[in-house]
Order: sequence, then C-alpha cells, then structure tokens
Amino acid sequence: MLSIRSVIKDYENHRALNSVSMEIPKGSVFGLLGPNGAGKTSLIRIINQITKADSGEIYFKDEKLQEKHISSIGYLPEERGLYKKMGVADQIVYLAQLKGLSKHEAEKRAKAWFERLEMKSWWNKNVEDLSKGMQQKVQFVATVIHQPELLILDEPFSGFDPINAEMIKNEFLNLNQQGTTIIFSSHRMESVEELCSHIAILNLSEKMLEGKVSDIRKQYSKNCFEITYNNAESIDLNGSSAFQSIGNANIKEGKFVQEIQLNAGFQINDAIAFLMPKIKFNGIKEIIPSINEIFIDQVKNA
Amino acid sequence: MKKIALIIQREYLSRVKKKSFIIMTFLGPLLIAAMYAFAIFLAVNSEDLSDKKKIVVCDETNTLSNIIKSNTQYEFEFSTLSLASLKSNFDSSGNSYLLYIPQKSKNFEGVQLYSDKQPSLAIVKYIEDQLENTLSDQKLAEKGISKKIISELDFDLNIETIRFTEEGEQDGNTSASYMIGMFSSILIYMFIFLYGVQVMRGVIEEKNNRIVEVLISSVKPFQLMMGKIVGIALVGLTQFALWVILTSAITGIIGQKFAQDKSKLMSIEKTIESNNSEKNEPAIAAGEVLNALSTINYPLVIGCFLFYFLGGYLLYSALFAAIGSAVDSESETQQFMMPVTIPLIFSFIISTSTVVNNPDGPVAFWLSLIPLSSPIVMMVRLPFGVPTWEIITSMLLLIAGFFGTVWLAAKIYRTGILMVGKKTSWKEIGKWIFYKN
Repeated sequence: MLSIRSVIKDYENHRALNSVSMEIPKGSVFGLLGPNGAGKTSLIRIINQITKADSGEIYFKDEKLQEKHISSIGYLPEERGLYKKMGVADQIVYLAQLKGLSKHEAEKRAKAWFERLEMKSWWNKNVEDLSKGMQQKVQFVATVIHQPELLILDEPFSGFDPINAEMIKNEFLNLNQQGTTIIFSSHRMESVEELCSHIAILNLSEKMLEGKVSDIRKQYSKNCFEITYNNAESIDLNGSSAFQSIGNANIKEGKFVQEIQLNAGFQINDAIAFLMPKIKFNGIKEIIPSINEIFIDQVKNA
Repeated sequence: MKKIALIIQREYLSRVKKKSFIIMTFLGPLLIAAMYAFAIFLAVNSEDLSDKKKIVVCDETNTLSNIIKSNTQYEFEFSTLSLASLKSNFDSSGNSYLLYIPQKSKNFEGVQLYSDKQPSLAIVKYIEDQLENTLSDQKLAEKGISKKIISELDFDLNIETIRFTEEGEQDGNTSASYMIGMFSSILIYMFIFLYGVQVMRGVIEEKNNRIVEVLISSVKPFQLMMGKIVGIALVGLTQFALWVILTSAITGIIGQKFAQDKSKLMSIEKTIESNNSEKNEPAIAAGEVLNALSTINYPLVIGCFLFYFLGGYLLYSALFAAIGSAVDSESETQQFMMPVTIPLIFSFIISTSTVVNNPDGPVAFWLSLIPLSSPIVMMVRLPFGVPTWEIITSMLLLIAGFFGTVWLAAKIYRTGILMVGKKTSWKEIGKWIFYKN
C-alpha cells in the first residue's frame, strides 16, 4: 500500500528522520510507535504531503506519492479541531469537498454517517454548542467521509472519553475489515498494540524494528514460561539441563508461581517431563513480551 | 483552482452571514446619514441652540460704543460704572464676560477680558478683529485714505486653473482634485486596515481551532492563504458596495426632505459663504465644484482606484496573513504588526500633507512608485494629473510587489501555521523564509 524508502528529513539543527524505510501492507493496521520526538509526526506529515522529505521516496500503491493521492488518504492529526462558529453539517460537507467529493455526494454520505453514529440532531448546530466528545465524533466523520484507502491517525485516542474511544475504535476496525489500511501513531505503545497487525518502532529519528506483531513477539520471545503449581510448599525446580528458574517462586492466590527460561536447544516438553514427577501442575503459560517491553529492551541495548 | 474557489466561498459566506456583518452594513450608512443630518440640523439651528453671550464693556476711552457691535451671538453692553464696581458685581450681573479698555491705551494695549470660565477662542478673535479693524481704519484715515477706497480694496479672487491635456485645454480645479484624491486614499487606507486585520484574525482562528492541519492535508498552505485573502476581499467589496448604495439612498431621502425647506438651505449656504469670506478664504460655490468635478477623467480615476484599492489590500493582507501564522493569539501580534502598519500610516500621513501640497515633488514621485506606499500616495496624485509612464511603472511595481510579498508571506505562513505553543521571534521568521518545504 505504502512504501517508504530511505526518507531523510532535516530541521534546522536536528535530523527528524534518518533514512527511514518501511512497508505498510494493504489492509493492515499498522502501528507507528515511538516516544515523543522520535519523528512520527514528521513522517506522517510527509505522507500527507504537508511537508516534503529532503531525500528518499514514498510510493502509494506502486505510484510515486503525488497530489492526486490526497483524496485517497484520510488524516486525523494529533492537533485537531473544527471551526467553532460553523455549522456541523456545513463543516463536514466543506471538508469533504476539499477532499474532492461533490456537494451532493458529501451531504448524502454525511447524513448516512450521522444516522449511524446517532448524531442526527446535531445537523444544524454550531460546533461550539457541542461537547468535546461530540466534536470528536464530528472529526471522525470528517476524516473518513471520503472513503479513503489509507487512514492515518495520529494519537487517535488522546482526549477521548472511554465510551467514545471504544466506539471510534470499533468504527476504525470496521473500516479496516472493509479493506481500509490504517496507520496508528502513538507514543503509548500498549494502547495500540492489541489493534495492530503490523508495527514499526521509531526512536531518535531511526527505525528500530518493523514487522508483523506476531513475528516480532516470537523473535523477541526469550523462551520464558510461567509454571503454577499447587504443592504444600515451594519446591526448588532447578536440576534440569533443559531450563533454569528465574528468581524465587511467588505465591498467587495460594498457589506457587515460578518463572523459568528454557536453555537453547530444548523444548518446553523437556521441562515438563522433568517437572512432572516433582510438582502438582496447575498451569503453564508462555510469557510473551509486550511491545513496550521489547521497545524498552531495544532502547537499553542500543 | 477548484479548491481555492471552495475556500473563497467558505470565507465569504461565513462572514457575510454573520450578524455583525449585517448590522454593520445597515448601521454604517445610517451612522453616516445621521452625521449628515446632524450637521445640517446644527447649521440650521445653531443660532437658536447657543445662548446669546452678554458682554459688559467698561470703556474708559468712551469712543468705542459705535465700533464694537453686537451680533447674533454676542451682545455688548456699554457700562458707565467703574471697573472695580463691575468686577465686584460680576457674579450677580448675569454677564458672561467683562471687557475692559483702559483710558490711556495706545493701539488698544492693555485691553482685558474677564470671565469666570476660560473664554472661547471665537469671542477673543471676534473682539480682536473688531479692534484691529478699527485701528487700521483709523491709521488709514490719518493718512488720508477714505473708507470708500478701502472697500474697493476688498478683492475676492478665484484663479482659474487650466491644464494642457491630450484633449486640449481643460478647466482644472485644485479643490476638486484635492477632495477626490483625499477621499480615495482614505478609503484605501481604511480598507487595507479593516480587512487586512480580518485576514490576520482568520489565520489565528484556524491556528487556535487546530483545524489548520486538517485543512492542509487536503489543500496547499498557499491555496488556503490565497483563498482567505480573496474571500475577505470580496466581503469588503460587498460591504463597500452596499454602503455606497444604502448611503446614497438614505442621504437622498434626507436631502429631499430638507430641500422642501429651501429658504433654510439658502441661509445655510449664505452662512457658509460669509464664514468663508470672513476668514479670507476663497469661497467655492457648489456649482463651480460640480463643474470641476465633471472635468476629471473618471474612467482613469475609477479604474486606478479599483486597481490600487485591490492591489494595496492584496499586498498588505498577505503580510497580515504571515503575521497571523506566526503567533498563537492576537495579543502576541503587536511586535510583528509594527513594521507592517508603519509604512501604511506613514504613507497616509505623508500623502495628506506633503503629497497633496506638492503632487509632483520628489517625495510624491518616489512614494507613488514604491509598492508599500503607492496605493495610497498615487491616488492623491492622480486627480492632479500624472504622466502615463509613471502610472504604468507604479502599477507594474505594485504587481511585482504583490507577488514578492505573497511569495514571502507564503513561506512564513506554511511553517508558521504548524508551530503551536512556541513564542516566535523575528530571527525565527527569518529562518522560515529559507526553509525548504
């Protein structure tokens, strides 16, 4: 869908993007993650053609990114707002027209969205008469009304109340199921990782890692497992060449919980075989690192 | 282009639909008409309005009772009492002034005017004039020149000015040129200020609302800026056109009402004329002005007016847009406004003083070529006659100046609108100009 190749963006005295490349597959929910100041917004603004890259190229559906693609992209910026003294419907129709829709078509689609999101009574109201949550719904409609193939959402859930956030999230996922590619950008990694099929992490203007969420997790999994057992007292589990225990057992709800890490070349079955006669198994669970942990790990190692 | 048209449409409609626009459109002409009516009312009724001022005169020379005359405003009463008793009775006498002329005054030195308030300039001038005339009459009489000869010396000249033009000799009228020039330049000055600031406010509003980033993901910053400038220009032209129509309609009605009372109008004209001749200024009869107004090359003046009107506005509003983009709120605009408003105010002041008095001088020449001042200065010069090559050069320079400022403003604008929550300095704005996109 979108191919970013060696993009460099320099500001006056710092480099915002240092030869960043990434591939955003069609139909994916792509998480663009990284701490504040990593270069996420710079990259998003380049994709939206608000600013230009100093060097490097971007391809949109195998075509060099150009002005005509603007109508195929929907953008919800982090700093978002509306004209306060303008009517809700007028505003949505205006923004849709700027994206290339005809007035008639824009009104028709706006009506459909208003019905769907239960906003019909707001049609003639001024934006300043709406609550903040209502305004966010209006912004959402304005972002998606031209049926973009690519949606770019910069910190989409900041400032949303939980109910609206949930509703908007579901609408986005719904659009994704209909084929819209979505880029989520956030500095709060845990907030989007459950939604994303793919991620890229930016740190200090460089891309640290990129790929399918499941692949990344597998790649960074340390082969750790959590063993829960139900014996009367804690048992020293060491003594196998297949694994070693990490730290001491914790007691959780009257059961013992012990973390173990497999040694290279061994399977979890080897560990289970060793443990079987020793403990009363209650459960076993792989410890999958969160994106947040992977990120912190990466920053520490860098 | 289609997007700019959409932006122009929004900027225009959102402003024209505002209550404040509708109120100002109707209130403006009413205010002008009300002022007009009030002026006529004052002219007609001023004599009834002001109380006659009583002035008691203590004339120790006993020669002036025939010379200082009462008029409609001042009533002089000559008293035989002494100055001391007049002074002590002043409060209870009901007189407004006490004029004292000492016995041994040579050439009326030592004349004093007492009152409980600071006397108005008008009465002081009135008394001084009377005494000065008396003195000069006396001196002339002493030299053997009779009053008859003096009255023959009272000339009222009105020089006819004729210009050599391509169509042959033409009557010129300096006063008419003056009026037209001043009126146009005041209008242009007001238009630039009123609507230029609106452009700035509009930009700040979009920045404050945080809608600007949404917009520029659909349109180019340049399109957004130009759409706003043109849209607001159309608002200004609409308001201006409505004002002209409504004002002429209302003043027409008022004029008719007063015309029914012709004698009163005549008396106004007379008082105006007599006032003028008293100040030794040539009175211009209304007919003469009308005659001169008809000699002015209207297609040229109106054409140039529209050109400089729009050219000046476009040039300045681009700068105002750049200022708006560099700040977060209107209170921060002060430091950036100065360099933009100073050339504007400067050219207005110069054009109403230096240029109008010497429309072909070097100051007028250069200022009517420089794009920042030409819209205002050239309009003052134009009715006096300006060589064609100067007009063309000035227009070309204004067009070039417009493109230059728009280019500069667009560079500042596209960086400025995305800068939120930072205090901007001049140095930074300078750097923005050299940013690549």
